[in-house]
Amino acid sequence: MNGISVDINHLKKGEVNLGTSIMAVKFKDGVILGADSRTTTGSYIANRVTDKLTQIHDTIYCCRSGSAADTQAVADMVKYYLQIYASQLPFDEKPTTEVAANVFQEICYNNKDNLSAGIICAGYDSKNKGSVYSIPIGGSIHKQDYAIAGSGSTFIYGWCNENFKQEMEQDECVAFIKTALSEAIKWDGSSGGLIRMVILTEKGVERKVFYPEDYQK
Amino acid sequence: MNHNPLQWGRPSNDTYGQYNHNIANASVREADHQSLDSFPKMNTQQPIITGTSVIALKFKDGIIMAADNLGSYGSLLRFNNIERLIKVGSETIVGVSGDISDLQQIERILDELETTEEVYDNDGGHNLRAPHVHEYLSRVLYNRRSKMNPLWNAIIVGGFNDDKTPFLRYIDLLGVTYGSSTLATGFGSHLAIPLLRQLIPYDVDYVKVTEEEARKAVENSMRVLFYRDARAADKYSVVTIKKSEDDPSSYTFTHEKDLRVQNQSWKFAKDIRGYGSKQQ
Repeated sequence: MNGISVDINHLKKGEVNLGTSIMAVKFKDGVILGADSRTTTGSYIANRVTDKLTQIHDTIYCCRSGSAADTQAVADMVKYYLQIYASQLPFDEKPTTEVAANVFQEICYNNKDNLSAGIICAGYDSKNKGSVYSIPIGGSIHKQDYAIAGSGSTFIYGWCNENFKQEMEQDECVAFIKTALSEAIKWDGSSGGLIRMVILTEKGVERKVFYPEDYQK
Repeated sequence: MNHNPLQWGRPSNDTYGQYNHNIANASVREADHQSLDSFPKMNTQQPIITGTSVIALKFKDGIIMAADNLGSYGSLLRFNNIERLIKVGSETIVGVSGDISDLQQIERILDELETTEEVYDNDGGHNLRAPHVHEYLSRVLYNRRSKMNPLWNAIIVGGFNDDKTPFLRYIDLLGVTYGSSTLATGFGSHLAIPLLRQLIPYDVDYVKVTEEEARKAVENSMRVLFYRDARAADKYSVVTIKKSEDDPSSYTFTHEKDLRVQNQSWKFAKDIRGYGSKQQ
């Protein structure tokens, strides 16, 4: 044996992974976030009913993928910053999704050596309507009409590209996300369980859940 | 006195000589051009397409064994039509987990064994049974490991002894073998064995277990494995070999395919929000 070799890219001992399928899609009335519910440690499913759609502000949510600990810590920080920022705005004004996404970006970029976090930040504000921002591993930020991420997303790049439409109705968009995540779950061992969705519009927040019997073909 | 912590507890070079790395290329045959060309040279590999758990238990009248139909390529759930329970002869079942290409090689090996040992009945009146299949596979696997060219599998062989009692035994890529009234490979050994043992706490008590009870335990175990093993699928096969009701000296062999995990519990999760702090 020649010395000790350490795989620095591997998860730390006991660390839990959000091997995942997540996406967020802009539609006519706002934005819908979707995610599976599986958290794995290696190939053991540590949590089969995880909620990966985390609230940052009233109508700003994020989808988390990568290290469970890292993404929870970062999301908590962004929520904290947004709370203080919101308190300093005029009474009737709410923070925009753009601000939240850029706070994510700053944290993820400046701590890139110590973080393993792939985040999609999406929300509804009255100024910009629905918006979707992708913040992948390196800490860059990308504004998109729809974003997919997580290990399961690799299997649905083609399908999503072919089937995404601008200005979809809510039901259409729900069906788009349900089918996309259903395929991702079908092929990715690190994704599974329920499909959770969060619909963000001027009406506020609506949560949906789909069980395996609903989405499995 | 050896000060290097990495060498503590390890065989010393003074006693055994320097480690000879050529063992990885060792072969029983002579190293002449003829045999080197004809025999493919492989080394200790890594499993590529893999099958997960196999579970099995004895009951009053025989054996039940189950395995799902998935062939994974790392975390990609690549193939959904892999049959991992192999019938050998008329009363033996071999369940294979681990590398799928090696599973297919084992199928070929067992097929050849059936041909030479059963159809062309060499020693008059003796049939190929589970203990024989197990012993044969055990020798094959152990010798492959000794050549540093393993068949990367964990196998359970189920059937009957010559005295008509149920037979159930395990073999793996290292040539390790053991038997029990409840056996499982992979994740099954951690998740399914405790459940199967609730039914049969002591090995000898398999005689008290009915087919329905055994079947329920298998279905429950496959459901738990689907919940908790990220490389498991919900479609599986079950083989039951038991003494016939009408003729206790013969056996019925039932191979059920395309079974699905039923009665899954997910509805409780709709009210789970967030991971800790207050959330809408």
